[in-house]
Amino acid sequence: MKSSIAPRRAAAKAAARRGTLSGWAFSVPALVFYAAFVIYPLILGIQYSFYKWNGVGPSEFVGLKNYIRVFTDSTLLGSIGNAFVLIAFFTLIPVTAGLVLATLIRSMRPGPFSSLSQTILFLPQIIPLAAAGIAWSWMYAQTGAINQVLNAIGLGALARPWLGDFQTALPAVGLIGSWVLTGLCTVLFLTGIGKIDQSLYEAVRLDGASWWREFITITIPGLRQEIAVLVTITIIAALSSFDIIYTTTLGGPGRSTLVPGISIYRIGFTQSNVGLASAFGIVLMILVLACVLPIQRLARASSK
Amino acid sequence: MIVNKTELILGRVILIVVLVLTIIPLVNMLSAALQPADTNPTGLTFTGDPQWINFVTAFEKGNVWRLMGSSLFIVVFVVPVSLVCATLAGYALGNLRIPGARFLFIFFILGLTIPFEALIIPLYYEVQGLGILNTQWAVIFPLIGLYMPFSVIWMRAHFLGVPSELSEAARVDGASRWQEFRSIQLPLARPALSALAILLFLWTWNQFLLPVVLIADPLNRTVAGALTFFQGQYSSSIPLLNAGALIIIVPTILVFVIFQRQFIQALLQGAVKG
Repeated sequence: MKSSIAPRRAAAKAAARRGTLSGWAFSVPALVFYAAFVIYPLILGIQYSFYKWNGVGPSEFVGLKNYIRVFTDSTLLGSIGNAFVLIAFFTLIPVTAGLVLATLIRSMRPGPFSSLSQTILFLPQIIPLAAAGIAWSWMYAQTGAINQVLNAIGLGALARPWLGDFQTALPAVGLIGSWVLTGLCTVLFLTGIGKIDQSLYEAVRLDGASWWREFITITIPGLRQEIAVLVTITIIAALSSFDIIYTTTLGGPGRSTLVPGISIYRIGFTQSNVGLASAFGIVLMILVLACVLPIQRLARASSK
Repeated sequence: MIVNKTELILGRVILIVVLVLTIIPLVNMLSAALQPADTNPTGLTFTGDPQWINFVTAFEKGNVWRLMGSSLFIVVFVVPVSLVCATLAGYALGNLRIPGARFLFIFFILGLTIPFEALIIPLYYEVQGLGILNTQWAVIFPLIGLYMPFSVIWMRAHFLGVPSELSEAARVDGASRWQEFRSIQLPLARPALSALAILLFLWTWNQFLLPVVLIADPLNRTVAGALTFFQGQYSSSIPLLNAGALIIIVPTILVFVIFQRQFIQALLQGAVKG
C-alpha cells in the first residue's frame, strides 16, 4: 500500500474486515459450479476407481486392482507410451519450428502481409480439432493429396493409406497436432521477440556474431517465459489428445494410435468397465501434473 | 535493426512455405467438396464444373440449422454464466483479499490442469443422476464448472492489476462494496472480460469430448461434436463429408476474421495466463 495517510488506511482496513463475509459471498457462485462439476466428479472418480462396476449392476470393492491393471496391461501401457510419442509432435516440433520461424520472420515490417500471415497461421487454432481431423484424414487418404504429390514427384512407391498403416499412423496423427500448434507457437514467440531489447541484437550483430550465436545467446534466453508456457500447454494437449484421434483413427489400426483419452472412452462406455476407466482417468491426471509441475518450477526458478 | 538482404528473403520464402502448408488442408477440403457427390476424388484437383450444390445438400442433410441452434443454445448459457461467476470470484480473490483467498486461489489452480478425460466417466453418471443426460444441460453445467478455474484465475489476475488506491478511495467515500464493484471495477474490467468471453465462446463452440459422450443425439450437440455424425452419414461420399465439415468451420472462421485482433490477443494472453 502506497497510501501514507494512516487514518485512511485504518478506515479501509476496518471496511475490509467488515466485508469478509460479503467477499466470500462473491465467490460462492463460482465455487458452487467448480465444486459440483470438477471436485465432486473427481472424488466420485477416485471412489469408482476402487470398485469393479459395469455402470448399472451391483459394484464390488477391488482395492488397488484397477490401478495395478493400468500399469500391467500392455494395451493401457501402450496407450500411455503413444501419448509420450505424441509429445514429440505436439511439443518438440511446434516449439522448435515456432522458434525458428519467429526468428526468421522477426525482420518483417508490420503491414498487410504480416497481418495476413498472422491470420493464416492462427486458422488451425480456431477450427475445431475434430474438423482438423477430418481435413487431414482426407489429406492422408489413399487417393489424397499426400500420395498425389508423392506420385507426381516420382516417389509413388512410398504412397500408402497413411492412417491405415501400422508404421505411419501414429506419426501421421502426431503431425496433425504439429499443424495445429505451430501457428500458436510462432505468433506467441513473435510477440515475445518484440519485447526483447532490440539494442541487444544490434550489439551482437556489430560484434559480427553468427545467426546461430545470436539465436542461442539472445533469442532463447529472452523467450524463456514463452517457451515454458508453450511447452506446458502443448504437453497437456499431447497427453490428453482425443478429438483428432477420434475423428481420424479411433486408436487404430490395431492399437497403434491408441491414447489414454480414447482408452478411457472405450473402457468406460464400450466395455462398461467403469472402475478401470476411472482409475485410468486418475492416472492420466497425475501423469499430466507430473509433467507440468517440474516445468512450472523450472520456469519460476529461472525467472527469479 | 540490422538485417541483411539474404536473411530477409530467406525469412520471406520460409514464411510463405509455412503459410501454404497451413492452408493446404483447408483448400484441399474445398477442392474435394466441389467434386461431383457420387465420385471418389483424387487429391488436390479442382474441377472445371464445381458442384456448389454439394453444400446445399450437406446443409440440408446435416440439419445444420438445428446444429447451429443447439450450439448457440449451449454457448448462450455457458459464456455469460461463466463470466458473471468468474468476475465476482476474481474480484473477491484479487481485490478484496478476503481471509483464505490464498487457499481459495490454490484450490482453483488445482483444477487448471485436470484433463477433461479424467473426469468424463464420473461426469456421465453425475449428469445421469441429475436427469439431464442427453440434453444440452448435460454439457452446459459441466462446462461452466470445468472452465471456472481458468476464468476465475483470469479475472483475479485482472483485479490484482487494478490499483488498490482506487477502491480504498471509493470505500472511504462511503461506497458500498456493491456500488464500488458496479461503478468502478466493472467498467475497468471490460477488456479482460471481452477477451475471456472470446476464449470461452471458442472453447465451447469447438468442444468435442463432452457432447460426444453426454449427448446421444448428435443434433443436440455442439457443431464440433456433430462432426462424427457427418462422418457416419457421409462415409460413402468424400465430397459431401468435406462440404459438411466446411459448413461447420466457416462460421468460426468468419467470426475470427472479423474479430481477428481481439481473438489473437485473447488467445495469446490465454496461453500466457493459462
